[in-house]
Formats: sequence, C-alpha cells, structure tokens
Amino acid sequence: MSRATSEEYELLASNRPRTLAQSLREKPEIPLAILLFVTLIGGWELSVRWFDIPKIVLPAPSAVAAALWVGMQGDFLRHFGITFYETIAGFALGSATGLVLGALISQFRLLERTLYPYIVAFQTLPKVAIAPIIVIWFGYGVTSKIVITATIAFFPLLANTIVGLRAAPQEQIELMVAFTASRWQVFRLARLPHALPYIFVGLDVAIVLSVIGAIVGEFVGAQAGLGYLILQKNFNMDMAGVFAILIVLSAMGVGLHLLVNAVQRRVVFWMDSATERVIGA
Amino acid sequence: MQSALIAVAGLNKIYRTREGEKIHALADVNFSIREGEFITVVGPSGCGKSTLLKILAGILRRTSGEVGMRGQPIDGPSRDVGVVFQAPVLLPWRTVLENVMLPVEIQRRDRAQYTAYARKYLKLVGLENFEGTYPNELSGGMQQRVGISRALVHDPALLLMDEPFGALDAMTRETMNLELLRIWTESRKTVLLVTHSIPEAVYLADRVIVMSPRPGRITEIMEIDLPRPRPLEIINSEAFGRHVVAIRRHFQSLGALDA
Repeated sequence: MSRATSEEYELLASNRPRTLAQSLREKPEIPLAILLFVTLIGGWELSVRWFDIPKIVLPAPSAVAAALWVGMQGDFLRHFGITFYETIAGFALGSATGLVLGALISQFRLLERTLYPYIVAFQTLPKVAIAPIIVIWFGYGVTSKIVITATIAFFPLLANTIVGLRAAPQEQIELMVAFTASRWQVFRLARLPHALPYIFVGLDVAIVLSVIGAIVGEFVGAQAGLGYLILQKNFNMDMAGVFAILIVLSAMGVGLHLLVNAVQRRVVFWMDSATERVIGA
Repeated sequence: MQSALIAVAGLNKIYRTREGEKIHALADVNFSIREGEFITVVGPSGCGKSTLLKILAGILRRTSGEVGMRGQPIDGPSRDVGVVFQAPVLLPWRTVLENVMLPVEIQRRDRAQYTAYARKYLKLVGLENFEGTYPNELSGGMQQRVGISRALVHDPALLLMDEPFGALDAMTRETMNLELLRIWTESRKTVLLVTHSIPEAVYLADRVIVMSPRPGRITEIMEIDLPRPRPLEIINSEAFGRHVVAIRRHFQSLGALDA
C-alpha cells in the first residue's frame, strides 16, 4: 500500500470544516464590512449624543431605527407598494421601448440617421424639468409616475441595445450567411445573444434609475408613495422618519439591482467563465 | 475524366475604398476544381486569396467573370458548401453539439438524422466525449475541430477553408493537417484550403494554386504527385522538398520574399 504524500494530506485537510481563522483569511471583506458598519453607526450615535445635535438636523441611528419600526407597523408598506409598482411598471415600459427601438435603429441605418438625433435631444432634457408637464398631462395618480420613470429607464436600454447588437464578430456573421442564414436568423441566432451582456448592463442601470424616476415623479405631485411620504415628513420636521424612508428606498434599489444581477448570471451564463485569477491581476 | 465541380473563368474583383480608390484584388483568375479534389491556394498576404474564397462561398460579389458550381453560377451562399475560417467563431452559449448543428438549424434540415451526422463528425475529430461541453472550456485546436465538424455536418459537396490553422501553434497545426487529410479521405469532400504556409499547401494538396501579390492573379498551378496516404514524415522527403523549393523560388522571382 502506498502512503499518502504531504500534498494529498493537504487535499484531505481542505475537506474538513474550516476554522474561524481560515474563513477570515479567505473572506476578509465580511468582518471588515461589519466592522465598518458598527464604527460608522456607533460614531454617528455617539456624536449626536455628545454634541447634542438637534433632532431636526441629524437624528440618531436609534431614533431612525425606532421611526423605521413604527413606520413598518403603520403606513410604510402601503406607500412602498405604490412606489414599487411605479418603479417596476415604469422600468418595464421604458426598457421595453428602449429595447425595441434600439433593435430597430441598429438594423436600419435610415432609422438611425432620422430618429437618433431626436432621441439624443430628448435624452439631454433633464427629466426633473419635464416631470411637471408629464404630471399635468397624466394626472396626479400613478400613471404620470410610470411615464416619468419610463422616460428615464428608456435611454440606457436603447444605447446598450444598439451597441450590443453590433458586437457580434464580423466573421461570425459571414460564417452564418455562408451557411445560408437569413437576416432574421443572423439576428436571432447570433446578434441578439451577443447583445445580451450589453442589454443586462442597460437593465441594471435602468432599474436603479427607475427608483429615482418614481421618487422624482412623486416629488412633483402625488397623493401617495414613499416620495410623497418623504415630503410630508419633511414638512413635519420628522427627520428620523425621512431617514427611515430613505433606508426603505435604498433597500428597494439594492434589492432590485441584486435581482437583475441574479437573472443576468442565469441568462448570460457563458460570460463568467471559471478562469483562475492571474497573480497580481 | 472526373467532372468539374467548380469552374472559375476570367474572374475579377475590384474593391472601392472609402476614399473612392480602386483596389484590384483579383485579376483574370481561371481554374477549375474536380469532384473530390484537394486544392490549396497559397500566396502572400493581400494576394486576394481570402477574397477568392468568399466569392466561392457566395458571400462576396464578383466584379466580372464567371464562377460556377456544377454549371450553375454562384450568386449567393449555397446549402452545398461548408465554411471554416481562421477563427473558430463558435457561439459561446451553445454546447459543442449545438454549435455543430448550427447549419442544420439554419437550413431547417431533419434534426434527428443530422444529429447522427454531427456525432459521427465529432467522433471523426476525436471530440465524441465533448458534445455537452461549452466552447470556453476547449483549447484553440479543439475549437477549430468543432468548426470543421460544423462545416461538414450538412454533408456539403464543397468545403472552403480560410487559413483554418493559422491561429494554432506549430505542433497542433501539424496534427490538425494530418487529421484533415484523414477526414478528407473518409468523407471524400472536395476541399479548397487557403493558406500562407507553403509546406502546408504542399502537404495537403492534389494541386497547389500559387497566387501573386496585388493584383492577385494565379501565376502557377502545381500538381503535387506525392503518394497518398501521406504520413507526416513525408515532409522530410526529397520530393516534398522539391515542391516547396519550387514554390518558394517562384515567389522569390515575383519579389514576394516574405511568403
């Protein structure tokens, strides 16, 4: 019988449960992130108490937590639901429009030359500036917020779709044409899949911008939603409440961003190849 | 006498650059390919050999002259042609088998029947255990083998190869040449292979078409009478050396020393 070499022992050892020290060495970002969080929040809490900062200027983290707790029992969820709906509906509308227009523009040069300048001109308009017009046109309800969100989510998808649909290597296209592929087959089998990584970058940018779009819309004029609630709490000088809503908003944005990322990893699976990192890279 | 599969007569190709300048890529090209023949085209860069291949593949328009396959003019891509480029250009989201099946899918052929063909050709190139693998996980040589299987899967009469092993290292290249000859022997396809390597051209071919630099024209068509099957050692033989030297001299006299 042969004896296990030291290397084999090491391999065996790697299957054993990890010690705390080992885990710390492999994932140093976890304890560091926790440490940073505790330091920041602790420092904030202590400075508010020591320097006796007024509540209406900067609430202590404990006050924010309390406001969050109370809000969650109360009307936060209802307003969250409205803002969430506006965000998702606006995102869907805007990105679908961007995707379809981008696909058309990338395929037809004439369309690019005639339509694209107008789109760019529209994109340069600050959406905050046209939001009041949209509210007048579509009313104070959710529709105007969805439209405002859509105008913001639209462009990242448009731009990335156009670039993505032109990303397929020329040789790839030539090869498919040589195999008698039709224009539609080239689009469906090569161009569109090659564009997916770009399209997902657009979706990721658009989903985060969509949250902003919904809030901007609600700031201009609304009867409900987290943006409306922020304004209301601001008027009442309820700073802790405002901060609590900001936490809810950012949780929503981060959650949606992570969702898009998770879908991306599933769909564009060939992009994250399990290649080893090179030393020093 | 065997019939001609491909006939090219008085072929000219003139490109127009963005600045309106005219580039004469091919000038008065004449040749024919018999059914089952292995033809290689050798010439320095810019001699129009890739242009010639693309015209035969039906993806590039000719300026004048006649190009025909089995008596029919080539005016567009044909279902009866298989193509291999220098880059394997596999679709990274498709498995090896799905990549090989691409022409079948494009041409809406019977899936079940051609899956069997795909497996046969994957076995022929030694990749029968990789049909579920994704291209990213394969070496360059393996990827190009997938590309060759893809070009053969729909059983085309003509196989067009544009420097298929140009991106591979010397050792892989030799193996691939050997394998290509084996595949050719077993599949009995007509092959036109473009290369800038003189030894490769001589090793593979029944006839070598020698082209001059711009404007690209055929300066010689050389019969390679080396016996088949050709083992790799044949490249050390005197007869092989004679052919290589003859082509090299030919280029030297044309002033294209870098070929």
